[in-house]
Amino acid sequence: MIPRFRNLLGTEPLNREQIEFILDQTRPFQEFQRHPLKKLATLRGKTVALAFFEPSTRTRISFATAASRLGADTMNLQAESSSLKKGESLLDTVWTLEAMKPDIVVMRHSSSGAADFVARHIDVPVINAGDGSHEHPSQALLDALTIRDRKGSLDNWNLTILGDILHSRVARSNIHLLSKFGARITLCGPPMWIPRELESLAPNIRRVWRIEEALDGADVVMVLRVQTERMHEPALPADEYVRRYQLTPERLRLARPDAIVMHPGPMIRGLEIDPAVADGPQSCVLEQVTNGLAVRMTLLFHLISAPATDAPHPAKESHASD
Amino acid sequence: MLLIKNGRVIDPASRSEGALDILIDGEKIVRAGTGLAAEGAEILDATGLIVAPGFIDLHCHLREPGQELSETIESGAQAAARGGFTAICPMPNTQPVHDNASVTRSMVDRAKAVAVVRVWPIGAASIGSKGEALSEISAMQDAGIVAISDDGKPVATARLLRQAMDYCGPLGLPVIDHCEDVSLAAGGVMREGQRSVRLGLKGMPAAAESICVGRDVEVAALTGGHLHIAHLSTAASLEHVRRAKKQGLRVTCEVTPHHFTLIDEDVQYDSRYKMNPPLASREDRDALRAGLADGSVDAIATDHAPHHAASKDVEFDRAPFGIIGFETALGLALDELLHPGRITLMRLVELFTTGPARVLGIERKIAAGEVADLTIFSLEHRWKYLAAETASRSRNTPFDGREYRGGPMATVVAGRVVYKR
Repeated sequence: MIPRFRNLLGTEPLNREQIEFILDQTRPFQEFQRHPLKKLATLRGKTVALAFFEPSTRTRISFATAASRLGADTMNLQAESSSLKKGESLLDTVWTLEAMKPDIVVMRHSSSGAADFVARHIDVPVINAGDGSHEHPSQALLDALTIRDRKGSLDNWNLTILGDILHSRVARSNIHLLSKFGARITLCGPPMWIPRELESLAPNIRRVWRIEEALDGADVVMVLRVQTERMHEPALPADEYVRRYQLTPERLRLARPDAIVMHPGPMIRGLEIDPAVADGPQSCVLEQVTNGLAVRMTLLFHLISAPATDAPHPAKESHASD
Repeated sequence: MLLIKNGRVIDPASRSEGALDILIDGEKIVRAGTGLAAEGAEILDATGLIVAPGFIDLHCHLREPGQELSETIESGAQAAARGGFTAICPMPNTQPVHDNASVTRSMVDRAKAVAVVRVWPIGAASIGSKGEALSEISAMQDAGIVAISDDGKPVATARLLRQAMDYCGPLGLPVIDHCEDVSLAAGGVMREGQRSVRLGLKGMPAAAESICVGRDVEVAALTGGHLHIAHLSTAASLEHVRRAKKQGLRVTCEVTPHHFTLIDEDVQYDSRYKMNPPLASREDRDALRAGLADGSVDAIATDHAPHHAASKDVEFDRAPFGIIGFETALGLALDELLHPGRITLMRLVELFTTGPARVLGIERKIAAGEVADLTIFSLEHRWKYLAAETASRSRNTPFDGREYRGGPMATVVAGRVVYKR
């Protein structure tokens, strides 16, 4: 019996069985994306609240499309148009949203822990669509699906993540997820963005300062965007970044010949990645996007139609009186 | 008249301990001895309890004037009395900033009218606490301040700190500094370490505090003035203080109950774990406990920092720093320091009484003729702290629901019982 979960706040609290269960459930939804008529009635009459307190294009559209293809309606809250601009607190905003009776809240927020905080205060399931520098679990799940599809399995790969790891929620979610499947993880980027403490996130994490060394023997290469909006320090000059950390065709040749290249987007061609790599045969960037729909359809379907008890959640347990 | 019977009196000033009755007439202690009796006196039975000099809290925020939704002098003093404190020192980061004597007078007058404990205000070191020019320190002293500080932030520059310490020397006022290298700590919301990296919260390195403590100790050496380090939280900071003391400098420091109790690994996405300085590493916390035991730390101070729910119950990185602390301070000291055998009872009492008194240049003792400020507490009474029942206007504490062994039973200020459990 797979332990069900009510909220999806991160990949850290998930176990292998839960992750494999979700990935297995995506299969029909992956095939469905190729269908000429992309509309199901599975969630007809259900409402998905999309609460995006931080600008987002691809994740919001992906969740909105996933909801629509399942037949659900969506409520859209975007930071620019919301009452947050008028000074309303996050809690008041989500309580207002909850009063409109959605079946699930998908939220993105620039503060780490915001989804966790909201989940403790409302009775509707919450999917974290990115909270600050903390987690972005649906991204890691779609990355896992992409790796499994391309490489035939999810187990024991050499994973190299390039870029600004410290500020990256995608990196954290992928590290937590893939380390549960035995990944050996190499982090490479400007040293101030790869503090030693990152090694404590999971077993088998190492930090490497030369990209050539980081790519040597890699099976999966994840390229991150430089998160300028989350940096408190002055950014590195762009040409300095390109010189030392850009993923170029020459550097990629140091990885295993069958290595795949992933990027969560938005991708800045010519900065963190050479266009030839982005468009090359090893790149899975567009598959990631398509898989994102399948994963998000699975998550919405699973969390709305199969409500279950909570996954272990430390904050929730110790503050039951909230 | 008030007669406190059968208590175990602990008096750090004379380092004495014994079963004594204390007879109080008006505001003063008239006798301390065995088998006392007094016709018509109100009796306070302290059998099985500790009777100590009145506790002093060197560091709190009462939010009046300006933020009365979070706390007032009246409500804060009530909470302090429930915590066993007989005198409390509110920091000057009110609205407006307490940087002039008319604010001092208004606070002192207000306290006289409504506060059940003594309120000894701390004035701003600089005008508006902006770190540019010294405030009217002697005028505030005449109106009642007991120290100066720009708490909430450090005294901005070494030059200003030097001026403040030079100027305060002859006045006999300590300069209290909130030590933080603001460039290094900028944007941080918790201690930098494995926990901050896991949570994706911006960290403040421990060095942000100790760098500033190091600067301050150098300025203390330069001026010979009295420097008091507020809410010291790291082992490296403590080493600076130890070295300064060894050199004979007038450097003192305080530690808060939350810093000797919790660590950064306890932090959750819950702003009740957000304070500045942030909860430190386990090693730092253990170093603080050692410093409390060996005399390097002079006082336990609460840094009682009320924030109403509307401002505090928000995203972690957007919440203000600080937690309330009057009512849980003694319980935490008993649970974390005394019961596990880390410090003696005499030392514990000292940290709440003669320790902070010495920082302020005053005496605290139990003897005939002394002011009758007394704290009576239990070492064994089992109780549970519920934030919903606090006398404070705010409930921002990570210790809600925690159970304690021992705590305040009665608080006597100027001969009057202002709190009784």
